[in-house]
Amino acid sequence: MIRLEKRPQASQAFSWAAPLLAVIATMFFGGLLFAVLGKDPITSIMTIFWEPLFGDFAFYYRPQLLIKGAPLVLIAIGLSLGFKAGIWNIGAEGQYIMGAIFGAATGLAFYPTESFLIFPLMVLSGALGGLLWAMIPAILKVKFGTNEILVSLMLVYVAEQFLASMALGLLKNPEGFGFPGSRNLQQYASAHNAELIAGSGMHWGVVAALIAVIFAYVLLARHQLGFAIRVTGEAPRAAKFSGVNPTRLVLFCMGMSGLLAGLAGMFEVAGPAGQITIDFNVGYGFTAIIVAFLGRLHPIGILLAGCLMALTYIGGDIAQSQLGLPAAAIQVFQGMLLFYLLAFDLFTNYRLRVGRTEVA
Amino acid sequence: MDLSAINPLLFVAGFLVAATPLIFAALGELVVEKSGVLNLGVEGMMIIGAICGFATAVETGSPLLGFAAAAVGGAALSLLFAFLTQITLANQVASGLALTLFGLGFSALLGQSYVGVKPPRLAEVNFGPLHDIPVLGPILFSHDIILYLGFAMVVAVWAMLKFTRAGLILRAVGESHDAAHALGYKVVRIRTLAIMFGGACAGLGGAYISLIRVPQWTEGMTAGVGWIALALVVFASWKPWRLLLGAYLFGGITQLQLNLQGAGVAIPVEYLAMSPYIITILVLVVLSADKSAAPASLGRNFHASS
Amino acid sequence: MTQTPILALRGLTKAYPGVVANDDVSLTIAPGEVHALLGENGAGKSTLVKMIYGLVKPDSGTMHMHGAAFAPQEPRSARAAGVGMVFQHFSLFDALSVAENIALGMENAPKLGALSRKITEVSEAYGLPLSPDRIVGDLSAGERQRVEIIRCLLQDPKLLIMDEPTSVLTPQEVEILFKTLRKLSAEGTAILYISHKLEEIRSLCDSATILRLGKVVGHCTPSETSARDMAEMMVGSTLKTPMRAGKTPGAVLLDLQRLSAKSPSAFGMPLREITVQVRAGEVLGIGGVAGNGQDELLAALSGEQLSGAGMIRFKDRDVGQLGPTARRGLGILTAPEERLGHAAAPDMTLTENAMLTGAVRENLVRGGMLNWPAARRFAERIINDFDVRTPGPGNAARALSGGNLQKFVIGREVLQRPEVLVVNQPTWGVDASAAASIRQALLDLAEGGAALIVISQDLDELMEISDRFAALNEGRLSEPRPAQGLTVDEIGLMMGGAHGMEVAHV
Repeated sequence: MIRLEKRPQASQAFSWAAPLLAVIATMFFGGLLFAVLGKDPITSIMTIFWEPLFGDFAFYYRPQLLIKGAPLVLIAIGLSLGFKAGIWNIGAEGQYIMGAIFGAATGLAFYPTESFLIFPLMVLSGALGGLLWAMIPAILKVKFGTNEILVSLMLVYVAEQFLASMALGLLKNPEGFGFPGSRNLQQYASAHNAELIAGSGMHWGVVAALIAVIFAYVLLARHQLGFAIRVTGEAPRAAKFSGVNPTRLVLFCMGMSGLLAGLAGMFEVAGPAGQITIDFNVGYGFTAIIVAFLGRLHPIGILLAGCLMALTYIGGDIAQSQLGLPAAAIQVFQGMLLFYLLAFDLFTNYRLRVGRTEVA
Repeated sequence: MDLSAINPLLFVAGFLVAATPLIFAALGELVVEKSGVLNLGVEGMMIIGAICGFATAVETGSPLLGFAAAAVGGAALSLLFAFLTQITLANQVASGLALTLFGLGFSALLGQSYVGVKPPRLAEVNFGPLHDIPVLGPILFSHDIILYLGFAMVVAVWAMLKFTRAGLILRAVGESHDAAHALGYKVVRIRTLAIMFGGACAGLGGAYISLIRVPQWTEGMTAGVGWIALALVVFASWKPWRLLLGAYLFGGITQLQLNLQGAGVAIPVEYLAMSPYIITILVLVVLSADKSAAPASLGRNFHASS
Repeated sequence: MTQTPILALRGLTKAYPGVVANDDVSLTIAPGEVHALLGENGAGKSTLVKMIYGLVKPDSGTMHMHGAAFAPQEPRSARAAGVGMVFQHFSLFDALSVAENIALGMENAPKLGALSRKITEVSEAYGLPLSPDRIVGDLSAGERQRVEIIRCLLQDPKLLIMDEPTSVLTPQEVEILFKTLRKLSAEGTAILYISHKLEEIRSLCDSATILRLGKVVGHCTPSETSARDMAEMMVGSTLKTPMRAGKTPGAVLLDLQRLSAKSPSAFGMPLREITVQVRAGEVLGIGGVAGNGQDELLAALSGEQLSGAGMIRFKDRDVGQLGPTARRGLGILTAPEERLGHAAAPDMTLTENAMLTGAVRENLVRGGMLNWPAARRFAERIINDFDVRTPGPGNAARALSGGNLQKFVIGREVLQRPEVLVVNQPTWGVDASAAASIRQALLDLAEGGAALIVISQDLDELMEISDRFAALNEGRLSEPRPAQGLTVDEIGLMMGGAHGMEVAHV
């Protein structure tokens, strides 16, 4: 019989091998799923993972990698700080929406004035939007002990409704012939989050994501606050004993993740998306949860996981148009990835022993 | 605005219908949490139940078979969660989220060819003359069998937890898995059964939305009901009767805002539509002070080390 | 004795990866015999009884009950065969009632009403008063033990296993327990009594088996063997008692005035008006049964729990509102009871655990940035000075044995030159030689002019190192008295006598 035995200490090697194994298992079982759907599994997997990077139209898809990866990494970095400390903000989607609304509204308020100050102002208010939205669950948690998971999630639905009312009301383009949606910020130079190098996909959001990765890395490895986050996640009582103030930690982690999600939303709406519409958000806030876990809640890991997940988005689009693979299949594919990761993670802390069993 | 457009009888009957998916999902989660497991995948299991039930009902023409399939589908998905948390000892929060993300995607995949299809209707239970009683008849005696099943399940779970040995063991496992293990109870097996029961209930709740309440199939149609069910368990302090009360309260609010939308109240539709979520938050705030009723082992994984 | 033994073990062996917990263990117990199983922490006593109770399966060896082969697959079958067990760490459910708890431990539990009547009957017959409707979380440690005992008695056990039963009792409660056990033994019930308290064994047990490192190292008749001989069999070497020089205490360093605090946990004990002073160079020993406010007192002193104005003064400065970091800065250090998860983070390295409390006083942090090389050096210093057995500071805390981690945790605080040090259960679950070295370190610290508060449930330990002794009982602290010359009776009364036993006179 096989039984589990706790390792004396967590295996570093397995901690990094688990995501790789998860990706491989997902490719395998994802391929099976595509086969069941009547698609050739090898072609499907190739289309998703190879085509965007090295296919005939790679020059078009590669920049997309940055465009799709940046918001995922930005949000996931913020989430990872909280997740590490056992603070579960799963409402990043809502904070993303609020950041976008705040950012866009700030830009549109100045329309059609042109000034180099407008864009920085939008960045600030986008961050503020996400921050404020995340502060609601944070403050309710520290004041009343309310579960932050449920509150942050409820606020996603509230934010979606708020987005709808903004797209149909206050922020609606007055010259839009009655169509829902705001003015297109891509056509408003001062507010446009344009590519920094034409055709590269590199926009300010990508820069922000890279800065966030470095910031989180230093914070967790070298700073007292990062240490407090790690200890709180490992052993909350030990953290309190060592002098960590749990209230401040909740506010910081929730605030930080909201702020970064808000920034991601703002960069998206001012750049690739261009305008506030009812459904401009495509679920980055939820996918970022997968990115954060797949990246082992480690900044560098998240950077890699973000790129991988962006790849599945782009590859999924290609597979949809070329092979007629349903969009939902990619969603299933991403969900599977998280499942396998969680399952393989077992071996980080446990090992299998083959031998006599005990009465359990 | 024309409030008189709201028929009070239809309103009450309507909120009983609106509350039923919540009753199922929250009741299942209550049993799961009583065993010491926090499954955040309710939303995912509901939506899988919704499409399994819908597809089966459409294909077989039998809504009851649909509900059976929904329960099986929800329980099957919950087995994934049981595997992750009970066998591979994965974090329960992360596993629950994974279940929801996966469930939403998988249901969309399954449901592609069912968008816009009309499901067969489930007939009202025939109560004979009871149905014709003024006021009470339309409110209480004009529903389908599943709605009454939901109510009966509340009673059954309450009695099971309070009076039976199985209920006592379930509570004991949720209080202290180590002590239960020391006494020789099979913690993993008991929790897995509870998780499957929760999955089946969530599946029934989901199918009630797609087959009765709406009734049609759209992607993501559960729209947070699974999460509200989780909140409801906290609201109910893990007590079945309070859960019933809470479900009716939320059902009432949902129905009211829908009716107000219909009546053309001067509040924008979006703000009415966000009200159930905001009220959920408010209720959580008011009731979060008292956590003493929560099972002591809730959310902690168990590994028999000796 | 010519009777068939109730239980006969032959050649039981059980190995875990890296350690042989039981190696060829044999013993027999006759009906009505009170048999002591004696050994240090880690000697294999728990593994042995878990095999008898069906929680662990032996790798080899045989067990016989009443002459018939006995190999319980699970506790249920052991219970059916007439084995009852009272656990060291109670197997009770706080939120459930006494009757529900008892029902859970029975195979064919009657309806709760009938069960409640039976509980009352048995508890009266054996002088163990207990109300079936009470919630277990609200009971004292002694009362909780009664729940376990009655749970066993209701099943008419032929063999009752008691794992360290007296560690949670006051001396008076121990007397009552022994009366109950003697009565059971007279009725023919055999008792396997696990302990490392030698005087107890000498007064209660008919025979003893001594385990060391998983092996049987001897059998003896306790009443005819001196405690010292048994101790040396148990430990395998002669022990040295800690040394200390007599001295006069200095100025008051810590001054508690009517310290009251609510407990942070649901079934915890609030602190009630604790007033006491501790002087430089003095060791104040605080005894008391577990759950009478020990954890809460430590939390109030460490700063995890803040207290009202004027309740805690350090060198005439009010520190009740300061958090743990600020208090450490002043020189008030603490070491909580729970090593894994409270005093140390299990999955973090020793370097990281050194940083946990050493950041301020060891200058491991500058402008918010952490100095990891310095933290590593600090961890190495603790490992060297306190003889912590580990491959190095990069190892996870949970990879250390209990005794080694305890040395690390105590060493971490001692090396930070505290002015006031508060420790809770400094040698709990630690082998005798490690315990002796920890006690010596504490005494040396007091020698150097620090004020010490040692909270412990081990009365022998407290008598050995304290200058003054006080006891916690239901969150109140008794008037401290000089430790020298205190009798067991006096200590017992300070600890609250026999909890809830006023009605019972057996």
